[in-house]
Amino acid sequence: MPGSSSLPHRPRVQVQAEDFNIQAELDALRRLPSGDWNGKVGAVASFIGTVRDLNEGTDVARMVLEHYPGMTEKSIEAIIDQAEARWPLLGVRVVHRIGALLPADQIVLVAVASAHREAALEACAFIMDYLKSKAPFWKKESTPDGERWVDARVSDAAALRRWSS
Amino acid sequence: MSASIDVTLRLFAGLRESTGVEQERLALPPGTQVAQVRSQLADRGEAWSRGLRDAQRTRAAVNHQLVDERHELRTGDELAFFPPVTGG
Repeated sequence: MPGSSSLPHRPRVQVQAEDFNIQAELDALRRLPSGDWNGKVGAVASFIGTVRDLNEGTDVARMVLEHYPGMTEKSIEAIIDQAEARWPLLGVRVVHRIGALLPADQIVLVAVASAHREAALEACAFIMDYLKSKAPFWKKESTPDGERWVDARVSDAAALRRWSS
Repeated sequence: MSASIDVTLRLFAGLRESTGVEQERLALPPGTQVAQVRSQLADRGEAWSRGLRDAQRTRAAVNHQLVDERHELRTGDELAFFPPVTGG
């Protein structure tokens, strides 16, 4: 919380049923473990994924997100390690929700702090692209025709290729 | 006669629902590879075959790491099969 004299050291990855507060998350990313502002931070890039009310032409009333506890956290940690090896980053935070979600609910936050915008923006996109293709989460949608597991998109695999050049 | 190895099988998402199995203990001969388990499970019936036959699509993980089909299982391993991921 802003104003407190010290923050407990926060994990880089959080998988939770509860919603998250974007401002609080970004604020924490700009602080040192001591709670002081990190003066080296000059750029914070973030991505927030939310639930759409329409997918593949069908209304979506709600969705349930399942994951593989243990493997999920490890796979996202590994993705963050790759990003930190590739760009000079000052902090990374990934929060991903699980369980029942409604249209417009927040699903995922990827936030990256760095000295400059290029590293922050690129690392944020990199982590999100890898998360979509590698982290073991599955979405099940409720539609007027019943429940269905969401299919992986070919474009998600294509998105990864830009990082391998 | 060598003792068998104990492996915990875990299935997720559509694969768990179609097979009705979330978790199961498997007793396997030592040296068993992922591909052999996949093939044995696929013989259990239509849902298993449909869900597991395509190794490109339904990935295998051992102890939370993606592995290839020739990965050799050891006793105490957790072997998971799951469909393409759709998080984010």
